[in-house]
Amino acid sequence: MGRKLTHAPALWLTAGVLVLAGCGSGSGANDAGGSAAPKTGGTLTFAVGSDTGCTDPQQVASNDSIYSVRQLVDSLTDQDPQTGEIVPWLAESWDISDDATTFTFHLRDGVTFSDGTALTAGVVKENFEAVPGLGVLAGLATGYLSGVEKITADDDQTLTVEFAQPNAQFLQATSTHSLGIVSEASTKLSAQERCTQGIVGSGPFTLGEYTPNQSITLKKRTGYAWGSSLWKKDGEAYLDQVVFKVLPEAGVRTGSLQSGQVDAIGNVARADESALEASGATLQARANPGVVFNLAANNENPVLKDEAVRQAISYGVDRRQIADTVFNSGTEPATSVLAHTTPGYEDLSAQLTHDAEKAKTLLEQDGWKAGADGTRTRDGKQLAFTITWFANSPTNQPALELVQQQLAGIGVTVQLKQAEISQYASVVQGGDYELVWGNVTRADPDILRTQFSTALVNPYRLPESGLDETLTEQAGTIDQGARDELVATAQETVVQNAFVVPVVELQTKLGVAKRVHDLNFEASSRIQLHDTWVE
Amino acid sequence: MTRYVIRRIAQAVGVLLAAYTLSFFILVLLPGDPVSAMAGAGMDSAPVDPARIEALRHEYGFDQPLPLQYAEHLGRALTGDLGDSVATGRPVASMITEALPQTLLLTATGLGLAFLFGGGLALAATYSSRRWLRQVLLSLPPLGVSVPTFWVGLMLVQFFSFRNPWFPAFGNDGLKGLVLPALTLAVPTGAQIALVLAKSLSTTLDEPYIGTARAKGAGRVHVHLRHALRNASLPALTVAGLLVGQLMANAVVIETVFSRNGLGRVTQAAVTAQDIPVVQGVVVYGALVFVVVNLLVDLVYPVLDPRIVLAPARPAGVVTA
Repeated sequence: MGRKLTHAPALWLTAGVLVLAGCGSGSGANDAGGSAAPKTGGTLTFAVGSDTGCTDPQQVASNDSIYSVRQLVDSLTDQDPQTGEIVPWLAESWDISDDATTFTFHLRDGVTFSDGTALTAGVVKENFEAVPGLGVLAGLATGYLSGVEKITADDDQTLTVEFAQPNAQFLQATSTHSLGIVSEASTKLSAQERCTQGIVGSGPFTLGEYTPNQSITLKKRTGYAWGSSLWKKDGEAYLDQVVFKVLPEAGVRTGSLQSGQVDAIGNVARADESALEASGATLQARANPGVVFNLAANNENPVLKDEAVRQAISYGVDRRQIADTVFNSGTEPATSVLAHTTPGYEDLSAQLTHDAEKAKTLLEQDGWKAGADGTRTRDGKQLAFTITWFANSPTNQPALELVQQQLAGIGVTVQLKQAEISQYASVVQGGDYELVWGNVTRADPDILRTQFSTALVNPYRLPESGLDETLTEQAGTIDQGARDELVATAQETVVQNAFVVPVVELQTKLGVAKRVHDLNFEASSRIQLHDTWVE
Repeated sequence: MTRYVIRRIAQAVGVLLAAYTLSFFILVLLPGDPVSAMAGAGMDSAPVDPARIEALRHEYGFDQPLPLQYAEHLGRALTGDLGDSVATGRPVASMITEALPQTLLLTATGLGLAFLFGGGLALAATYSSRRWLRQVLLSLPPLGVSVPTFWVGLMLVQFFSFRNPWFPAFGNDGLKGLVLPALTLAVPTGAQIALVLAKSLSTTLDEPYIGTARAKGAGRVHVHLRHALRNASLPALTVAGLLVGQLMANAVVIETVFSRNGLGRVTQAAVTAQDIPVVQGVVVYGALVFVVVNLLVDLVYPVLDPRIVLAPARPAGVVTA
């Protein structure tokens, strides 16, 4: 129901906006390039499309909510979006045991939460120990901490986390919003109280007001002095206030930015780009790290467990065409199962080519003969699949309709099956699909283990293979070079076997008004507002 | 009169119960379930351990037999406890009572404007002696009924907010923010009222008693407003009662377009997340409003037209007032 409301209005409005943009342009006079020095003060209004009804960073998983609640908390570490390197934030330094099971963090002195209490190793310990109690809602945080054996506060500034198994991903996990640190009082609240009352953090902003489905107001934390080592400005943030407005209708978000009613918007669609640029807004884009949008095969399916069929699908898909026609401009076709912004990414574009002839030959050799109408059959059975997709992004349907067309070209019949996002777990984890369309954002290559290890949930029903060992080994390797090599091997295995067919990288695209400066992406392609200022 | 009211109230309770039961079973029959929905809140989450999902399902009682779940939910609903939202953990009753005033304000304003425009249009069209003007006026309501509500909303936003900064494009703040959404809501509703009222006005104006009134020397305006409108308004009133349901449905669209916090948004989010307790609560409240409005309409009938028989059980021809 929700989805049906969104596409058509967007089209109508876009049409309207384009007409109006045509009439009212010609006012681009006052862009002075980089206008002088950053200014303190002011309010930034940021429009997002949805609200998940929760203001606890350890629980939220949707970008629209992460944007705001991320600003309330600090993390132990931060991750450089350029290099993927983990750098100090609340922790000044850390030691990792050679087997990647024990992590010791040396915390910064003098950090306080906005309720006045001090940050100590004990508080961090309580944070991490409370995570499993948050239950299923804190899926990301729980995943990062799974296998924790012991957490000790050696003294006020020293925290040790021990895992039963090697767990190299944990260092990057400490840089994410999911393990952002809340005050001791907040750790005592129930999962639902944390959602509705909000949490107290030590971040550069505090929670002002929250009206579900409507807005979240953040206020500057005065006296803030413990920012990430990546930030340009020392001390307090520039902005006095940030207001996140929930505007579900894409056309209204675009129009509101153009008419100056908001300063920035998330989720810019291709159709709105030119109108926004014409109105003087800048578009900022960054590919989301993690697993790219892919067609994941149910590898237990009688036909799809045949590698030749999966390979044929991979060769039959024209990734460039999909990236260029459906997604916002600048979107890259997949060149690995990981996006190029993921640390440890390996370029496998040579294998992920579009080659319809090769696809046809593969199927031909495999016994799938084309009939008069072009569709292929073997032993009287038609080569046909259902692709299940979820209505959580407006690009899903057009992308898959194009896939459907492309695969028809090699004789594979595809049916599309839409499901609500609420069915995700039951469909994918229950194995109730043939091919499924999806992606996962994570700035650490360990996401491969979560998705492809047969020892875990194994949503794609992979057979046991050497991949498991590679994935386990990278999880226990802290030497960056050695880990990158293992991660490269894992990517090669997934791509060579076409366990899933990588298609296109998800790109986060923001529309930002000219008066806004230094609205920056962090390593997971979400936003960081400490350095942001407005004219 | 008392028996009539009691009977109508009993009917209303029946409708509420039916709405509750139907919505419960429809939601349960939908594919997917609320617990997986919580677990897979975003596709960005790592796969969740099926055992944890099972545990949660047990915690919320979703693993119990359906009739038992139904009985339990209904039992609590009867005591006024609508449960907690599965998605946000907040009590359903407070979610609804927070959102309801905004939606009532929107729909009431919309309905008021609809009567104003729709009624005015119907009166003007039937009063006008110029044939072409009549034709033009009467061609407006079918247009108003057929354009999609969201399109009307987006066009209004486009011209009165984005292009000319007269009204805000979004939000619940103040009277100014109410103008565009209420106008949007008034278009389809007003059009329907106009359609029905114009039709029944022209029929009424052909009745012999109108001729009689005119023959007695009553003025045109007087006849039109005093005699014809009073009788012709009954069908329009009936339609208005039915329109309440439609108004609520349109509120979902309008609240989404104008980013207003209200019952429509709550409903939309709850349906997407298969948040059964919330949807149930909304259905009950919606049915309640619908039933109350129609009850009021039924009670106003005899006031407007004493010929209406209140107790159909009595032999025909016996009129009571």
